Amino acid sequence: MASIRLAVPDTAQRGETVEIKALIQHDMESGFRRGSRGEAIPRDIIVRFECRYDGAVVFAADFHPAVAANPILTFHLRATKSGPIDFEWTDQHGTQWQDQAVLEVI
Amino acid sequence: MTMDRSSRLNRRQLLAGAGGAILISTTPLSAWAAQADMDRARLDLFGDRPVQEGRVTVKLPPIAENGHSVALSVSVESPMSAENYVKRIAILSPRNPLATIAVFHLTPHSGMAEVSTRIRMSGTQRIVAIAEMNDGSLWSGGMETLVTLAACVLQ
Amino acid sequence: MIRAACLVLTALVCACQPVADKTPAAELSDEDIQSGYAFLNASIQALQDDDFGNPGLLWVDRGSDLFASTGETETACVNCHTDDTRGAAATYPKVDPISGKLLNLEGRINQCRTEHQGLPPLAHESDELLSLTAFVAHQSKGMTSKVVTTGPAAAAYALGRDYFLTRRGQFNLSCQQCHTENWGKQLRGDTISQGHGNGFPAYRLEWESLGSLQRRLRDCDMGVRAEPLPFGDETYIALELYLAARSQGLELESPAVRR
Repeated sequence: MASIRLAVPDTAQRGETVEIKALIQHDMESGFRRGSRGEAIPRDIIVRFECRYDGAVVFAADFHPAVAANPILTFHLRATKSGPIDFEWTDQHGTQWQDQAVLEVI
Repeated sequence: MTMDRSSRLNRRQLLAGAGGAILISTTPLSAWAAQADMDRARLDLFGDRPVQEGRVTVKLPPIAENGHSVALSVSVESPMSAENYVKRIAILSPRNPLATIAVFHLTPHSGMAEVSTRIRMSGTQRIVAIAEMNDGSLWSGGMETLVTLAACVLQ
Repeated sequence: MIRAACLVLTALVCACQPVADKTPAAELSDEDIQSGYAFLNASIQALQDDDFGNPGLLWVDRGSDLFASTGETETACVNCHTDDTRGAAATYPKVDPISGKLLNLEGRINQCRTEHQGLPPLAHESDELLSLTAFVAHQSKGMTSKVVTTGPAAAAYALGRDYFLTRRGQFNLSCQQCHTENWGKQLRGDTISQGHGNGFPAYRLEWESLGSLQRRLRDCDMGVRAEPLPFGDETYIALELYLAARSQGLELESPAVRR
């Protein structure tokens, strides 16, 4: 049950470049930590992020263990038409988290 | 008993050998290994195409008080048009246990080649970003930041 | 011979017990009081001030959902408390009038669950308990602490103060020595803060997670190589009360970001 926060403007001018932020709650266990008895704690991370808008993936990221916990991404997209912006995170086991925002283009 | 001159180490060779051994032993092997890891990561991602310094700006705070979460921002000069855009930006470390930190994939729909996130750094180092353009050319930039240790270290 | 041995043994035993410093304890003056926020670098202050990106807000969001949802109970928190819990967190820790026990915010939330919602208590540092505590604490952001240290709370206040002044651990240091007598000085790469709890529950970079004040107190004890008390220990709650009173005038900042 990961908390997700999105920062997407409500509206944008056609052709305007807008800033998007996406933050998800996740430990991003690196696999390099040891527990209190010295046992290795296995890696457990989100490996992929994708942002889809206007029918295409506009931005994606491959995460490795050095991405900080509760990963935040700030990126940009060009406003072309009104519609949903879909956000999807996938971890190394294939588990996915999704969220959506709507952008109105005027 | 006399030794054959040619089979005996002379003093000069011995001292040079000892000096070399001291130099090797004082440079941590891990430093060389990590740099080699970063080179290998670059080859895996981009092949052996030449990389030019420029067009890529990496921003990190000058001092990161905790290496667990350091704000990183990378921007690449590019119109981000259909004819001329940044395809990938790889964030690499010459010191972390793993050289590749993240790879960002952009498209002409991105509008601007600027991405920010927060990364883990295992010590003071110069983080490098390599950007791949749609024409296959590679550009790089980097920035060093100091990572200090906390006062009450529990481990 | 036996007398000498007894004396040596007594001396050894005494040396191993934590010794309360008997000299009058210095107090922080009103002009000197500063939040842990003042000891952060600009980059981390910016993260705390970021209304979107402060990672602690992920727990506040979840807490807000939990506060309003019923789940396995018929009575959601919001049914009794309505939407407004502003100011509540500023009064904790406080003595529960019915049981007479000193409760911190986590203890109060669990008491509500067991007594008014028919639910089992949440485990210490569980995601759910942290989320609810973060949500309620966040409603008091910007307010100053309003704890009561007299009457039924007086004994706990004295216990908490005593813990703060007592040397402990292999390093044989008391909280007082670093946080009241040497704040502002450098310790390795850090500047010593005054040790206030006004930002908790806080997102600590060291934990890469939100955590409670008690988790921080346990880390403090481990930092001087002392055996930490278990979560929920009465002494820690008493210490929380002392810390809240000691930070008079500071605004609550939860969820703060700390190193």
